[in-house]
Amino acid sequence: MSAVRCVDLCKTYRQGDQDIKALDHVNLEITSGDFVCLSAPSGGGKTTLLNAIGGLDTPDSGEVYVAGQRIDNLSKSDLADLRLRKIGFVFQAYNLIPVLTARENIEFVMQVQGVPASERREKSLAILHEVGLETLEDRRPAKMSGGQQQRVAVARAIVSRPELVLADEPTANLDSKTAGELMELFTALNERHNSTFIIATHDQHIMTYAKRLIRMLDGRIVEDIDQRAA
Amino acid sequence: MRLFGVLFRLAWRNLWRNHRRTTIMLCAIAVGVWAMIFMTALTRGMVDQMIIEGIRTLPGHVQIHNPKFLDDPSISNPVSISAQQSFDDPEIVAWSSRVKVPAVISSERESRGITLLGIDPVAERHISFIKYDEVDGRFLVDSDDKGIVIGAKLANILETEIGKRVVIMSQDPDNDIADRGFRVVGLYTASTGAVEEAYAFVGRATVQKMLRIGNQTTEVVFVGDDYRDVEALYEVILDAVDDSVSVQRWYETNTYLGSMLNVMDGFVVVWIIVIFLALSFGLVNTLMMAVFERVREIGLMLALGMKPGSILGQILIESMLLLLIGLVAGNMLAWATVMSLQGGIDVSVVAEGLEMFGAASVLYPKLNVDDMILASKVVLVLGFLASLSPAWRASRYKPVEALAKVG
Ligand SMILES: Nc1ncnc2c1ncn2[C@@H]1O[C@H](COP(=O)(O)OP(=O)(O)OP(=O)(O)O)[C@@H](O)[C@H]1O
Ligand SMILES: [Mg+2]
Repeated sequence: MSAVRCVDLCKTYRQGDQDIKALDHVNLEITSGDFVCLSAPSGGGKTTLLNAIGGLDTPDSGEVYVAGQRIDNLSKSDLADLRLRKIGFVFQAYNLIPVLTARENIEFVMQVQGVPASERREKSLAILHEVGLETLEDRRPAKMSGGQQQRVAVARAIVSRPELVLADEPTANLDSKTAGELMELFTALNERHNSTFIIATHDQHIMTYAKRLIRMLDGRIVEDIDQRAA
Repeated sequence: MRLFGVLFRLAWRNLWRNHRRTTIMLCAIAVGVWAMIFMTALTRGMVDQMIIEGIRTLPGHVQIHNPKFLDDPSISNPVSISAQQSFDDPEIVAWSSRVKVPAVISSERESRGITLLGIDPVAERHISFIKYDEVDGRFLVDSDDKGIVIGAKLANILETEIGKRVVIMSQDPDNDIADRGFRVVGLYTASTGAVEEAYAFVGRATVQKMLRIGNQTTEVVFVGDDYRDVEALYEVILDAVDDSVSVQRWYETNTYLGSMLNVMDGFVVVWIIVIFLALSFGLVNTLMMAVFERVREIGLMLALGMKPGSILGQILIESMLLLLIGLVAGNMLAWATVMSLQGGIDVSVVAEGLEMFGAASVLYPKLNVDDMILASKVVLVLGFLASLSPAWRASRYKPVEALAKVG
């Protein structure tokens, strides 16, 4: 089964009197449980593609399917529901709500979903353990390191077992050691929970963690490598 | 609403995020609410005194007149109820029959126009604003008393004193001059000089003789329990008399006093709204700043799948919390202030000006629960409306753009 399918996606931005093709006829299929790195130089279209897949933005033309459901024509409110229930997000920075503690941040999505308190608590404690932050349960983001913050964000993204986890340059603000540790965590979670991961990056080192590497340039997919074979 | 818990927590914590700003805003709201309620209490106290004294000096709670007396308040229009008739009903606390006529009072040195009240001092004891025991000299003893009691200020003007004689001049029913000498037996003081200048008291039988009107009087006054609630008393009196007389509630007899109450209610609302408007600029500004500072996290919450309505709710809850805390503080502050001023506020420094309106020189602020509720309602309802715009703005953020602010 495919977790994500994109058919002929196009998105054009106007900058001044120039048309920028952020997505230029992108066709893509990602199987469930895969671990994909999306790599492109800055401005290559990674964020635009992830936003289209994650229902944060709609393409100009083409179709997007997530877990078999077509999403590019959904209403804003249905898109919000899709993001809430089917997709976990990790962003580059400012992933956490500053006034909530680590555990509250992790529980936030479940709380909006309407998961009962006892179940939330159980799950959030388990995932804190899994990402190795059990001691930071009651800490607010301002008192955590960048790596710790990203781990909490990963925990939040995975805690309600979404179909799909989208991470847009999650390691960009981390030093290479911490970045490597975060990628190890992604890999471990991918294997344990079988969620599909798509991680955008332009860091060569990060790409080595991927099972499948998709390279983009100027809104086109220019290379698609299965790294398991290698 | 299952989201309320998380929205409330976010709102509460966000409220205390910028301590300084929140504290300043809270102080502003508290002081504003205090001003609303305290100033209202002061004015209420003032108006209350004016009315109570106005009613005591003049109308009583309900009055009976000859219908023509209202247009021509002279002795030619006596009330057709004799002073001998008696009224008896639990609603009636006290009642009395009076002769009230315009007159001129003269001493050897000065003359003044006054309102002459011929009263039965026994019946009037619980109606009159004058405390008989506190009168300098003595008050009238009975209806046949041959003395006159005037205000201390009038005595000053007339350059007369207890024991001296004055002459009262008025008209009898045939428009002939009726006059008579009285010995000043007592000087009363009232809370305002205007009253002291205006009213002189003589025995009812004595003045009836002077005016040659036999047993006639010009008005019968009734006092009930509370001037704010005269309807029951009014009904009782209506039933007790026929329609040859006109029965009036105090606010009909004295339309100036009556309209004071209405003006007062209007004034309270205007005053509360004006203060609120001043507050609302601060409130809206505070919320706008808060919302602007939180673009990213609001974008994040939207991206994670929270609905715009929840963002709106979150900001509104935050605003309501701010207002509620400010309201509680402001109400308590106002209450404490009024309680500490139970002894009254001496405003004699400015009282000369206020006396013109019939106000006393000691003010007793009067806390009205209804006013507190009104102020709180206005603050909450208008505050809610004022918060809608920043809250709406926050809920319209686009997650992609808000997140992109990360750079
Ligand atoms: N809101 C926008 N308005 C105008 N142009 C945009 C907008 N968003 C993206 N673009 C343009 O579209 C192209 C693709 O942008 P995108 O953000 O998808 O690239 P990216 O690969 O994520 O780059 P980066 O590594 O810098 O994040 C870029 O040329 C960018 O300038
Ligand atoms: Mg990007």
